[in-house]
Amino acid sequence: MPDIKPPAHGQDSPVSFPAWRGEGAKALFPLVAVAALVLIAWAGAGLPRLEPLFGIILPYGALLAFLFGMSWRVLSWTRSPVPFNITTTCGQQYSLPWIRSSRIENPHTRWGAAGRVVLEMLLFRSLLRNVRHEWVEGDREGAAPKLVFKSSPGLWLGALVFHYSLLLVLLHHARFFLDPVSGWVTGLEKLDAFFQLGSAAFYVSGVTLILALLYLLVRRWWLPWLRYLSLPADYFPLYLLLGVALTGGMMHYSTRANVPAAKDFCLGLARLRPAGLSGLGPLFYVHLTLACLLLAYVPFSKLAHMVSLPLSPTRNLPGAGRMTRHVNPWNAPVKTHPYAEYENEYRDKMRAAGIPLEKEIP
Amino acid sequence: MSEDAKPARPAKVPFAPSSRDWLEPTVKFAAGRWSYSAKPKSLRTLEFPNPRDWSPDQPDWKLPDNWKEIILQGLRERMDRFRSLRLFMDCCVRCGACADKCHYFIGTGDPKNMPVLRAELLRSVYRGEMTLAGRLLGRWAGGRRLTPEVLKEWFYYFYQCTECRRCSVFCPFGIDQAEITMLGRELLNLLGLNINWVMEPAAKCFTTGNHLGITPHGLKDNLEFFVDSIEEITGVRVNPSINRKGADVLFVAPSGDLLAEPGIFTLMGYLLVLHQSGLNYTWSSYASEGGNFGMFASHELMKGLNAKIYAEARRLGVKWILGGECGHMWRVAHQYMETMNGPADFLQEPISPITGTHFQNARTTRMVHIAEFTADLIQQGKLKLAPERNDRYRVTFHDSCNPARSMGLLEEPRYILRSTCRHFHEMPAETIREKTFCCGCGAGLGGEECMDLRMRGGIPRAEAVRSVREKYGVNLLSSICAIDRAVLPTLMDHWVPGVGVAGLHELVGNALVLDGEKERTINLRGEPLHEGET
Ligand code: HEM
Ligand code: SF4
Ligand code: SF4
Repeated sequence: MPDIKPPAHGQDSPVSFPAWRGEGAKALFPLVAVAALVLIAWAGAGLPRLEPLFGIILPYGALLAFLFGMSWRVLSWTRSPVPFNITTTCGQQYSLPWIRSSRIENPHTRWGAAGRVVLEMLLFRSLLRNVRHEWVEGDREGAAPKLVFKSSPGLWLGALVFHYSLLLVLLHHARFFLDPVSGWVTGLEKLDAFFQLGSAAFYVSGVTLILALLYLLVRRWWLPWLRYLSLPADYFPLYLLLGVALTGGMMHYSTRANVPAAKDFCLGLARLRPAGLSGLGPLFYVHLTLACLLLAYVPFSKLAHMVSLPLSPTRNLPGAGRMTRHVNPWNAPVKTHPYAEYENEYRDKMRAAGIPLEKEIP
Repeated sequence: MSEDAKPARPAKVPFAPSSRDWLEPTVKFAAGRWSYSAKPKSLRTLEFPNPRDWSPDQPDWKLPDNWKEIILQGLRERMDRFRSLRLFMDCCVRCGACADKCHYFIGTGDPKNMPVLRAELLRSVYRGEMTLAGRLLGRWAGGRRLTPEVLKEWFYYFYQCTECRRCSVFCPFGIDQAEITMLGRELLNLLGLNINWVMEPAAKCFTTGNHLGITPHGLKDNLEFFVDSIEEITGVRVNPSINRKGADVLFVAPSGDLLAEPGIFTLMGYLLVLHQSGLNYTWSSYASEGGNFGMFASHELMKGLNAKIYAEARRLGVKWILGGECGHMWRVAHQYMETMNGPADFLQEPISPITGTHFQNARTTRMVHIAEFTADLIQQGKLKLAPERNDRYRVTFHDSCNPARSMGLLEEPRYILRSTCRHFHEMPAETIREKTFCCGCGAGLGGEECMDLRMRGGIPRAEAVRSVREKYGVNLLSSICAIDRAVLPTLMDHWVPGVGVAGLHELVGNALVLDGEKERTINLRGEPLHEGET
């Protein structure tokens, strides 16, 4: 039996100097990148000759990149087949009639599986399950520490608040693209806006969006293991979104006079008759630029996760693997050891042991 | 047991990141954390590439010259064949929900044992070699080139994953590191980078029909030995047959149950239940293995080894197949077998001839788990049970990874336990059912040489057992997996001495009252029935 001493795991040779984990650089580099984008957009606002770039090429380009990029992404994923039914079952299987099966966490029908995916998308059930491990001191003096598990719904809450806030904020933008503004947009705004702040309606979703983003950011930096594994690509969208949300908020609460111009611009885009950005200040340029870049960035980054869940074979298939046939399109023949060969190799021994044979060759 | 008589307990295992960026490959192999390389002989038997003598701790791995091409080509092919892989390469948000779900991360604190980083080891190469951003921006896009050091790191960490799928339960997208490990090992196998604890059993299974290399006459001898033991204990002579045509059912068990304690007691339990139920069944020497170590090497090998079961069922003309207690065997049977080697149209939909129960859930694959079969017998009142014969045990139940997370066989064994034991206590909720913790030795990591890894990986399970031992005096850990029966005794002796390990059907065998049996005084282990009764 090995002598298991506590942390003795030099998983690589100790490098004393310089100990470069790159964590700070990985977090800062994308911030610098976003700051540079902000500056470029800000400067662009002062150069009327660049108006078509910001007002036409950027928004349409971003939309096209998003649409084509997403289609390409989904096609690239769906082009590969699902050779096996590899559901991760998270509940009792459907078996004997007197045992209650878990219809959602271990569905045995396509409908159940669809329900599992939909509920996962709406409620993030897997994240809700999260427990973190922790070593606590033993109950008595001298007792060994204990490994315990504590519920850890923070990420679930943060992610849920973030996604729903983002959804609401995006929906509010419909008022810029619709004329006349449809009833559901104003209805939604009424729901979201509890009270007025000065002349502007105060949107709860805007604030929760920023808080949730800050939470995700701080969490990523705060937890040592999460910081260790994070890549620049994990910070970048958070900064970008914060940039979009903050500039949006600043415009919403300070420079309301621009709203008609913004609406003209957006309507122009929607009607394919771009109206130009005259009358819109640098803040709008920044907001627009960051938002467009985010849109264009989605298909080529981890943000493509927005469509991956319904395609995920561990979640979207019924768990009852023995009930329905699952076909593998490339199921190729493999080397086997057929019974006839086996019997040839062991015939004498089998006969001596009185085991029935196919061929009685003496 | 007094506090000071307790063995060394795990002290808190802290998170121990490297002093370097994780994109720098780990090249030092810590003692006790890796398994010996496969012997060339096994690879030749299986016609696997690059059979040679080599050792992971030696600098020269004797790779073919075009190794890099082989791997990248292999990766591309697998991404075209498995949507899982393609999707999992792209959609992880690195939220970290899976991070401390892995028993190896909890037990070692090594960051690359976080499922997300284990996957990133492969993903970073995908990005660095196969995507534009990764090729242009390198590490700033999380990409890196495939170097011999990276390859070594893959080997080190893909053979520190037991393919237990616990991480996949907690991931918001269901990203399954077991799938990535399976395919990562498949890539390594293209270069002959494999471990002996996987390839030797697989090669034996290929030639003899089972992992342990038990020959047909050996099987016969072993079964006869159990028949004699059963007769001594119960006074009843059971009569198992081998390769018999005319049987209704083919019975397939993990071969581990034929050789070593405590698996052999489980096997005696099977023999007792099958005898008492009157099922017309046969063993097979050709398909004498339910487990499938091919699964830990490649999908092709898995298929080739698994093919024997249907082939034998067809040859013997049985109606359906019954399977014993084994973990990854049931992953294969439930999720791969029928797709790989079906359709099973030469069999019939399984119906228990004793109770008339139609096993709807197995209507296509036509293979029934013995826990389903026995639970049905008990529920239908077909078995007479004397649970007090298990009174010396205070039992808890370890859900084996595969039946739990790749099948959902949760209630059947619990129902059987409650019917056959009077003292049954569950471990904490975060450590059972779909959240169950691995024994720490699955997927071929059961070798003596990686004992440090095994004992560390087993810490979460051991800690959970310890908690019920302290609370309820639990002294028996039951489970439905042959690997469990082989490795948990070592784990218990190390962290929670005084707790034994048993298969489910051992307890059934103890409690089952046979027609015409003599009064039993000892259980299947030969221990007096009532000593130490609580
Ligand atoms: C299908 C269900 C979805 C799940 C389970 C999910 C899950 C998550 C999680 C866990 C994070 C947090 C990452 C972190 O810790 O930083 C996140 C971030 C994010 N998600 Fe989703 N998401 C889903 C759908 C969507 C959709 C539909 C959108 C598009 C509007 C979206 C856009 C984003 C963005 C922009 C971020 C923040 C940037 C980041 O942290 O990288 N997600 N998502
Ligand atoms: S839980 Fe899933 S998405 Fe989150 S880090 Fe782990 S694998 Fe990635
Ligand atoms: S499958 Fe199991 S062993 Fe492998 S990374 Fe996930 S939790 Fe760890």
